[in-house]
Amino acid sequence: MNTAPAFPPFPHRHLLGIRSLSPSDIENLLDRADAAVQISRQSEKKSAMLRGRTQINLFFESSTRTQSSFELAGKRLGADVMNMAVASSSVKKGETLIDTAMTLNAMRPDILVIRHSSAGAAALLAQKVGCAVVNAGDGSHEHPTQALLDAVTIRRARGTIAGLTVAICGDILHSRVARSNIILLNALGARVRVVAPSTLLPAGIEKMGVEPFHSMRDGLRGCDVVMMLRLQRERMAGAFVPSVREYFRYHGLDAEKLQWAKPGALVMHPGPMNRGVEIASAIADGAQSVIQEQVEMGVAVRMAVMAALLEERDSGR
Amino acid sequence: MKTTVFENARIVDPSRDMDEIGTVIVEGRKVAASGAAARNQGRPEGAEVVDCTGLAIVPGLVDARVFVGEPGAEHRETIASASVAAAAGGITSFIMMPDTQPVIDDIALVEFVLRTARDTALVNIHPAGAITKGLDGHEMTEFGLLRDAGAVGFTDGRNTIASAMVMRRALTYARDFGAVIAHETQDADLTADGVMNEGLYASWLGLAGIPREAELIPLERDLRLARLTGGAYHAAKISTGGSAEAVARAKAEGLNVTAGVSINHLSLNENDVGEYRTFFRLSPPLRAEEDRLAMIAALREGTLDIIVSSHDPQDVDTKRLPFADSAAGAIGLETLLAAALRLHHNGEVPLLRLIDALSTRPARIFGLPGGTLRPGETADLALVDLNAPWVVRETDILSRSKNTSFEGALFQGKVLKTLVAGRTVHAA
Repeated sequence: MNTAPAFPPFPHRHLLGIRSLSPSDIENLLDRADAAVQISRQSEKKSAMLRGRTQINLFFESSTRTQSSFELAGKRLGADVMNMAVASSSVKKGETLIDTAMTLNAMRPDILVIRHSSAGAAALLAQKVGCAVVNAGDGSHEHPTQALLDAVTIRRARGTIAGLTVAICGDILHSRVARSNIILLNALGARVRVVAPSTLLPAGIEKMGVEPFHSMRDGLRGCDVVMMLRLQRERMAGAFVPSVREYFRYHGLDAEKLQWAKPGALVMHPGPMNRGVEIASAIADGAQSVIQEQVEMGVAVRMAVMAALLEERDSGR
Repeated sequence: MKTTVFENARIVDPSRDMDEIGTVIVEGRKVAASGAAARNQGRPEGAEVVDCTGLAIVPGLVDARVFVGEPGAEHRETIASASVAAAAGGITSFIMMPDTQPVIDDIALVEFVLRTARDTALVNIHPAGAITKGLDGHEMTEFGLLRDAGAVGFTDGRNTIASAMVMRRALTYARDFGAVIAHETQDADLTADGVMNEGLYASWLGLAGIPREAELIPLERDLRLARLTGGAYHAAKISTGGSAEAVARAKAEGLNVTAGVSINHLSLNENDVGEYRTFFRLSPPLRAEEDRLAMIAALREGTLDIIVSSHDPQDVDTKRLPFADSAAGAIGLETLLAAALRLHHNGEVPLLRLIDALSTRPARIFGLPGGTLRPGETADLALVDLNAPWVVRETDILSRSKNTSFEGALFQGKVLKTLVAGRTVHAA
């Protein structure tokens, strides 16, 4: 990645979702991310690819890990990174988002990384600014870099994604991670299942390219990958799910339930985890867990994405 | 092992569509044989032989809606006293409503009821779990853990869930566990301070009325939610012709919907309230005669699946009050079968359909054992003299509370013997 790029072009001005990517676009980004891992593993972790470029992280929803991951990715590519921590409470939606965007645009950044609690916020911003926009999560819509980093993690562990059976378990209804993963994994030829109480599945789920299950026993049977999702605490007090203990009993990943998957199945979680709610500590920290690798791949994927977007812009295509 | 042979009985077993003269052989806890074919099986050595000429044997009744005072109001009814009354009425299993203090919304309460029933009750008692914590209509209870502990179905008892969202989620979530949501619908705002059926009679009495729409509007909402969610919904206690039509439409659409009616609404109407007789204050209120007739027709056709006693013991402290201040509810375990047999004697509902509605169908809806005389099944049954006349007298009532709406009623049809798992728990 330091030297002349050996990768095919990435013909996109923004990364707003996995939906707009072709399978070859996805493979392209995964290959680039694989290469970027090397940079992070060197003692000299800085490349000059984005030297002189400005990256602004605009997080309307607080996030420690995603924001630091983007920040580190930018810095390792040599960009100047600025974090705009906008507490979501202080910002009104709609007009104010656009005002913020116009203001930032006037500062002439090269990349804008945005996270927002409203679905479609990243796309709205992309219409208003001249620079590349990376969606770091918009409401319950998409979180493309998370799906990409999950894919790199799986591919490095298993060599391929095509033909694998992946079970995404938990709060599918509210999860942007689930939506991006469903699209990506299908594009690369995996068989995707979702496992959740019916109250946490969106309408039309059976037509979203997945096989829905309500029981972990059925859903995990023969799976190569078990991807757990975070369940927000406020959703567990009798609204969507009656209680933490009932959720853990029927949907929390513990040693007993993991046995139903293929031996050695990968265990993944996008973080931050609720230990003892959706996943038992022994499993999160166990031999089958690749949760730490996911974090490492996060930086690599974000480096790959931002480099690919700016390379495309520089090419003048 | 003790063996009893009931000979020459009219065997009415809706689980096999059977209504024929034959023999029932009970061996230990099980039915060994039953039907006309069993007549030629001979009498096992040492067996007790009961000549049942002129009598009927039916599967023990399964009452899907019984309020008990334990825990919290043991002076009205205990699990033990309710079971004695049930046995006398030919009821071998009942579902206990979660309206206790504390409410059955936690596995500890389910375990308490099952333990107390095992130690003190004559009949099988199955607790229903609350749909929402504290029956307050807001937060779902732990359907999975409650079901695994032994709760059969979920209901908020006397309460109606006002929030359509809560009902939607409950139906959706219960579906994952194969559980039925049983709901009594009475819109709180439309009911307001109403105490009897809205109409001329209530107006003359100066009592606030409850319109039929108070039942129908939330019922229709629920039926639409049943369609949306695909969940199993049981309209626990409906009382109007309009409600029966709504249920019939839902069934015609193929929805997973069933319905029940209380014996009171098949037997009585608003005129029975007379001069402010509080034992006739019920919820839903006794309706007009045309509603009662519509209920009977719906029962005959099968739109109404089951009949419940809605046994609701109330004491002097809650009933010896001005009508509007008294509590709603009447006891009914001991009179359920006899009152239902009136429909058979009048030719309004065939006997097989009646027993189906009182035994086989409720067992099937709530996934309970019982409701059948099939060989190999547990011997829960009642020996009934369908024609024996008797009069309901307060002094004969076994239930700890005496608030019957059938006091002084002349019935035709008496339970002579009740067996639970082959053991005689009642003998007249």
